[in-house]
Amino acid sequence: MSMGSNDVAEKIKSIAENQNKNIEIIRNGSWGMSWLEPLIEVCVDDERIAYGPVTVDDVEDLFKSGFLRGEKHQLFQGKTEEIPYLKNQQRWTFRKCGLIDPFCLDNYISSDGYTGLSKLLKADQSYGIEQLEKSGLRGRGGAGFPTAIKWKTVADTQADQKYIACNADEGDSGTFSDRILMESDPFTLIEGMTIAGISVGANHGYIYLRSEYPHAYKVLQNAIKSANKANWLGKNIQNSGYDFNIDIHIGGGSYVCGEETAMLESLEGKAGMIRYKPPLPAIEGLFGKPTIVNNVVTLGSVPDILAMGGEAYSEYGMNRSKGTLAFQLSGNVKRGGLVELAFGITLREIIEKYGGGTASGKPVHAVQVGGPLGAYFPDSLLDTPLDYEAFSEKQGMIGHGGIVVFDDSVNMASQARFAMEFCSIESCGKCTPCRIGSTRGVEVIDRITSNVNREKNLHLLNDLCETMIDGSLCAMGGLTPFPVKSALKYFPEDFEATDNMSE
Amino acid sequence: MKNKFDHEIALAIIHKVGARPEMLVQILHAIVKEFTYVNESAIRLIAKEINLTRAEVHGVVSFYHDFRTHPAGDKIIKICQSEACQAMGSRELTMHAEKTLGIELHQTSENAKHTLEPVYCLGNCAHSPAVMINDKVYGKVDKEKFNQLVKSE
Repeated sequence: MSMGSNDVAEKIKSIAENQNKNIEIIRNGSWGMSWLEPLIEVCVDDERIAYGPVTVDDVEDLFKSGFLRGEKHQLFQGKTEEIPYLKNQQRWTFRKCGLIDPFCLDNYISSDGYTGLSKLLKADQSYGIEQLEKSGLRGRGGAGFPTAIKWKTVADTQADQKYIACNADEGDSGTFSDRILMESDPFTLIEGMTIAGISVGANHGYIYLRSEYPHAYKVLQNAIKSANKANWLGKNIQNSGYDFNIDIHIGGGSYVCGEETAMLESLEGKAGMIRYKPPLPAIEGLFGKPTIVNNVVTLGSVPDILAMGGEAYSEYGMNRSKGTLAFQLSGNVKRGGLVELAFGITLREIIEKYGGGTASGKPVHAVQVGGPLGAYFPDSLLDTPLDYEAFSEKQGMIGHGGIVVFDDSVNMASQARFAMEFCSIESCGKCTPCRIGSTRGVEVIDRITSNVNREKNLHLLNDLCETMIDGSLCAMGGLTPFPVKSALKYFPEDFEATDNMSE
Repeated sequence: MKNKFDHEIALAIIHKVGARPEMLVQILHAIVKEFTYVNESAIRLIAKEINLTRAEVHGVVSFYHDFRTHPAGDKIIKICQSEACQAMGSRELTMHAEKTLGIELHQTSENAKHTLEPVYCLGNCAHSPAVMINDKVYGKVDKEKFNQLVKSE
């Protein structure tokens, strides 16, 4: 939509009306092939023929070439499902994204939606957690905690009220898989939350959605309304005796609210200051009640795990990283977008095979994986397989699967400075290493790059990083040093003194 | 944009969203949506209606980036400052915007037409650099496209 798809759709409609062509325009969600967007698909003999990227100025030409009959044109991409970028993926969670109309519940159901929940309703209440155990699913928000253990803890904790809190505060830069899932296939998230609620005995769920996603809000609101109408939400869901409701709360534009306890504070209407752990949210979470806090993609992976069985999911992936992850390619890359694949592919393969190298055509210089708190990897580390453990061995993290590519025009000292600066802007302020350390970090980096007591300050920066890692209460302060340290380690030449470094 | 505080309208908003402490963040969003900012009168009124102290409400207002305390211009322009957009030139775009509009980030132009703000990720990273103007997201915004957007919208 950001590329003008609404205008393109309007233009197609008006030309078709002028030419008395009888067409039906369906606004399906994104396939995640961002580099081809706006993407138009024309349904010819039950096959979808793709054209993209289409601008308003191309539309007349497309009509002239006969795109309504699937004729060739310079933007012709062939059958959508045959586009290698998509065909070579292993879609699970994002199976229906692009395929269906996100505003249409019937379309969701006819694409095997609600199969997982229906199975659960016919089976024991424990069926969901059993399948999750078999699947090996780990939290997709970043921490990679085994989902089944979290659910079981909530299920086993006695309380008069429990909650499901979906973390849709996708604040990591370079990540957009939550947004694509919510905008392209919102019912999958709703089904996943409902399954979670029934499995652990919670009758109320909240989606904590970041304010930067106004379109996702509209799509979700509509989906919740439709699901309520069709009794897939609300009281006595499909005559099962179970109740489940979902409310959406909008965040306040604060990065740290993606941290689960800060998010719970924010959901309670307060400032997003993180909480001490323990107690874990699974024992004392929202309003002090046992709460499942899961990311959008985690919850969105659940329905098909129930539908197809946990073993089917665990066949994907490597080692302890089971299943698939929706990697998100962005930054200076030719073909940015969402690529869902089993764990185990290397960073280089994904950047070259899918991303097609940098957009500028220059060599890849640095790659940041896992958002603003993820390490920067140089070329020599690009053969690391995308696997939670393999990445942490190299002091990196997969996080939420964002992959941001930089060419050699980047100055890594600026990026390191930005990491500290970002932390100082977004720190909740509760603990000293994060609140003060980040501000001091910016100052120390400035001194290094302007050659003031260079050796001493390099030593100080390392010390500061260790203090932040060991002494911070949450991942914000605890992980901020990783991009800084990696920039220092792999790109020391960028920290040489320059005249104009302090922007 | 209507940015004159109105007691009656604000009161109606608070009760429509829900006059309970856990709704505070949602109430503030609704107030900003209506008036473009939260002022001292709004803070007093909210505190009274949901039975919190003014200090508590103020604490929440000042914690979040979304709740500005000064009126905004007609067009609220947010430029993404995060890494993916940086890799595609958002720093240069921000400088261009500041120069073109004659204001810095967090400022509103004197004629109240434009407000310029930073934002940390719009989730539009594969179409970077990204810009949001009054809740509408635009991708691959270069200087030329920026000038057009600022003029046309």
